[in-house]
Amino acid sequence: MLKIDNLHVKLEEEDKQILKGLSLEVPAGQVHAIMGPNGSGKSTLSYVLSGRDGYEVTDGDATLDGESLLEMEPEERAAAGLFLAFQYPVEIPGVGNMTFLRTAVNAQRKARGQDELSSGEFLKIVRAKAKDLQIDAEMLKRPVNVGFSGGEKKRNEILQMAMLEPRMCIMDETDSGLDVDAMRLVSEGVNALRDAGRSFLVITHYQRLLNHIKPDVVHIMSNGRIVKSGGPELALEVEENGYGDLLAEAG
Amino acid sequence: MSDVAVKSKDEVTPQVSGAPKAENALDARLAALPLPKGGWLADARAEALARLRDMGLPGPRDEYWRFTDPRPFNAPSAKPLPFEPAAEESPLFSADDKLTLVFVDGQFDAEASDDLSLDGIEISTLSGTQDQAEHWAKGLYGALELAGQNPVSRPFAALNTAAAQDGLLIRVTGKPAKPIHVLHRRAAEDADVVWHHVIRVEEGAEATLLETGMVGARSNGVIEADLAKGARLHMIAAKRAVDPKVGLSHVFARVAEGASLKSFVLSVNGNVMRNEAVVDMVGDDAVAHVAAAVLGDQNIGPFHHDDTVFITHGALRGESRQVYKKVLKNGATGVFQGKILVKPGAQKTDGYQISQALLLDERSQFLAKPELEIYADDVKCSHGSTTGAIDETALFYLRSRGVPYERAIVFLVLSFLADALEEIEDEGLRGQINDRLEAWLTTRASQ
Repeated sequence: MLKIDNLHVKLEEEDKQILKGLSLEVPAGQVHAIMGPNGSGKSTLSYVLSGRDGYEVTDGDATLDGESLLEMEPEERAAAGLFLAFQYPVEIPGVGNMTFLRTAVNAQRKARGQDELSSGEFLKIVRAKAKDLQIDAEMLKRPVNVGFSGGEKKRNEILQMAMLEPRMCIMDETDSGLDVDAMRLVSEGVNALRDAGRSFLVITHYQRLLNHIKPDVVHIMSNGRIVKSGGPELALEVEENGYGDLLAEAG
Repeated sequence: MSDVAVKSKDEVTPQVSGAPKAENALDARLAALPLPKGGWLADARAEALARLRDMGLPGPRDEYWRFTDPRPFNAPSAKPLPFEPAAEESPLFSADDKLTLVFVDGQFDAEASDDLSLDGIEISTLSGTQDQAEHWAKGLYGALELAGQNPVSRPFAALNTAAAQDGLLIRVTGKPAKPIHVLHRRAAEDADVVWHHVIRVEEGAEATLLETGMVGARSNGVIEADLAKGARLHMIAAKRAVDPKVGLSHVFARVAEGASLKSFVLSVNGNVMRNEAVVDMVGDDAVAHVAAAVLGDQNIGPFHHDDTVFITHGALRGESRQVYKKVLKNGATGVFQGKILVKPGAQKTDGYQISQALLLDERSQFLAKPELEIYADDVKCSHGSTTGAIDETALFYLRSRGVPYERAIVFLVLSFLADALEEIEDEGLRGQINDRLEAWLTTRASQ
């Protein structure tokens, strides 16, 4: 599904290399986690994959089902099936959550050559999915993320994910700022979306989230590279011993 | 805190080569105007003409006209401007039951208008009553304009009082069941329109005034609104999207105890526009909210839009809000001059002013002059002015969800304007303005 090959990325504005030959492959249906110390380049990876401005790819490639993502606009990547759940979802006053979501869903459907959903059809689907995430009608009516608590914002991200039905979901520290109950809700939302045709790349600092969203593979990232990959036990090792030993071992 | 610029009398006409001298410029301007005489309006018109002669026309060194060139308004005649009646948009507020009054090139068109009778409101026109010796508006016509000439003189408003061709005289005595809708239409390419409404909202009465359409090649409008105790007046003007013109308007409002004035103006393109609002809060617990949402794209035509506001708190616990938002594109210019004056004794005043511009490119500009002048010690007044570009993070967020770039810009522009639209109290009307804006932005997003 997602294949990242020897990816080198620097900041556009300064001469600072962030990703230094990162390679990674997430097959269809799998959940991969990326853990790593602060500053290792985890968020940069998520932004570069989803097409945020400000980064320059100096070498390597990233493909989704064999198609290079790097030349695509962010909206084209979304239509191709990529989704990034933001660490800090953005507030957009004056734009209704429902209007935004319906526009996004229909823009993607249009880009894929599918019929747009009527407002009746859309409402029916969104209400059902919102209910599973305990997002009430009032929240749907409000402007995008405005006045939402940290937990509500993250649940709203998962609702968007559920509505857009991406094939490749990247989650950037979705657990940050969540209390235990919110983490459970968000994880249940994610787990409900797991299937053979959908993959996840879960970026996190803590093993805790991975108790809820069980990964197939855990990667340790440091200094712009994957330095070690393994099973879920790798996350437990980090939780117990920190990154020190692992990084020393990886050289 | 800074002082209001008071214009000196000798500082008048632009000294461009070949331009006539000050007095001559005013004479030429007046000579080109049909000055109506007689009837109940005669005294007010004569007095306005006298004070106009006293003030003269504004010149390029006039502080109050520092950001806007007054010459298009000083010129004796309007520059002809073509328009396309065929490109008529579907009327705004069409879904609402309203009493529509049609003006063609500033002249009331009774045939095209609804019947004037409506419970709770009394409507007549300048043209229809000018031969009468008496009218309830006598004593009010020109009076609020006169009051608004101090401390800053506004010669084009005096000119308007002297020369207004037509307009509405509205007396609200109750709560009319539907809004009054003034619909302007153009006929001649060089129409130089001078319109003047007087609105008196009696104690406890409430009305909504909607204003839409195309006014003329050049227009000079005045609204004098007098709100008695506990009265409520909502004014919503939506200037037509494709309306290249030179336009100037003044709203002079007097707000009595517990009365509330809410004014919102939507301006989409134009040419050179200046809208002034002069609000005098004379009674305790008065409320005045003035707001505007402005969109200018110089690819459609030259764009210079000036909002000049002067709010005076003269009594206790007054609440005023100025919310001005401008979206400027392709070299368009936006201007905001806003002032809050708190007089001695106007304690517990709550004055708020925000003016913001969203510049969609580096060639557009926003010139802002926010001012507070406060002579009471127990007040809450704030002002802020910002100029910024599209928020890149928000843009990326929208696009990452699959929203195409152009559509994402539309969302962010609507988001930017939302605070101004919030000032429209009626949810239905606000929704219609929002829809109109969205449709306009969507059709022009790719240009």
